[in-house]
Amino acid sequence: MTEVEPGFWTTVADVVAGVSLLAGAFLTLAAAVGALRFDSLLARMHAITKPQVLGLVLLLLGLALRVRSWSAVAMLVLVVVFQLATAPVSAHLVSRAGFRTGKVDPDALVPNEMDPEARRD
Amino acid sequence: MTGAESEHARGGLGRVLAQWPALVGLTLVWVLLWGQLSWGNVVGGLLLAVLVVVAFPLPPIPSRGTFRPVPFAGLLGRFVTDLVVASFQVAWVAVRPGPQPQGAVVQVRLRNPDDVYLTTTAVLSTLVPGTMIVEAERDTGMLSVHVLDIEGSGGPDGVRRYLLDLEDRVLRSFAPRDVLARCAAQDGTEGTR
Repeated sequence: MTEVEPGFWTTVADVVAGVSLLAGAFLTLAAAVGALRFDSLLARMHAITKPQVLGLVLLLLGLALRVRSWSAVAMLVLVVVFQLATAPVSAHLVSRAGFRTGKVDPDALVPNEMDPEARRD
Repeated sequence: MTGAESEHARGGLGRVLAQWPALVGLTLVWVLLWGQLSWGNVVGGLLLAVLVVVAFPLPPIPSRGTFRPVPFAGLLGRFVTDLVVASFQVAWVAVRPGPQPQGAVVQVRLRNPDDVYLTTTAVLSTLVPGTMIVEAERDTGMLSVHVLDIEGSGGPDGVRRYLLDLEDRVLRSFAPRDVLARCAAQDGTEGTR
């Protein structure tokens, strides 16, 4: 798997990798719990943009530190970049569509500064 | 006739070459996907990049941005810190027992509605604090933001202040000097909104 000589720094990398994997797993689990427990569409979008993204980033960071091969790391970097670029866009589109099709209860939001004009079209 | 054709061809080639950042980016993605730096990958990626740029033309981005490394490092560092803090906050809200926090929609008018800065600020704000963009109006630079926990985020004014600070960091990293000067001049009037 790796040509790196085992030594002090590989131990450090292993420990950091372990911590990253555990933290990433916790955040991903919390994102899933949030998607189930939150009662509104918009709140669920929060769960799938923030803890889910960082959870994935941490899992891949742990993987990269453990695998230590450049071709694998290159692929993991790509996954992270696309995740960071697409997650906000999909969350925005889902919440905007939810607002415009009446899937969001405007009275549940306090305050709700949303322009009524914007909801109509 | 032939002159016009060659003119046209040169215009096409010029358009492709003018998009060299896109070409470099797409080639880089291709090389990363293969996971090996070799001439075959670079040339193949470049050919594919040209094909993508020609086959799927995008409207040009009217940006006269600059790049300032030091403010950008600040923006990046703050982004990473905020991403970690926000993720654990939302995770805690998700798993903690008890009632759900009060959500809200807050509107904030950005000082500079240019597409590039508006988009950057909107994407960063969705990832970073307890906020998520619901609507973005290009003409007015008005963002409508959903806040997961309005009390924990310092109320509507706290959210507005955070987003304007974020826009400030984005502008300081990328915006040309005259845009910065204009926004700084607007600062006083925007603060009283």
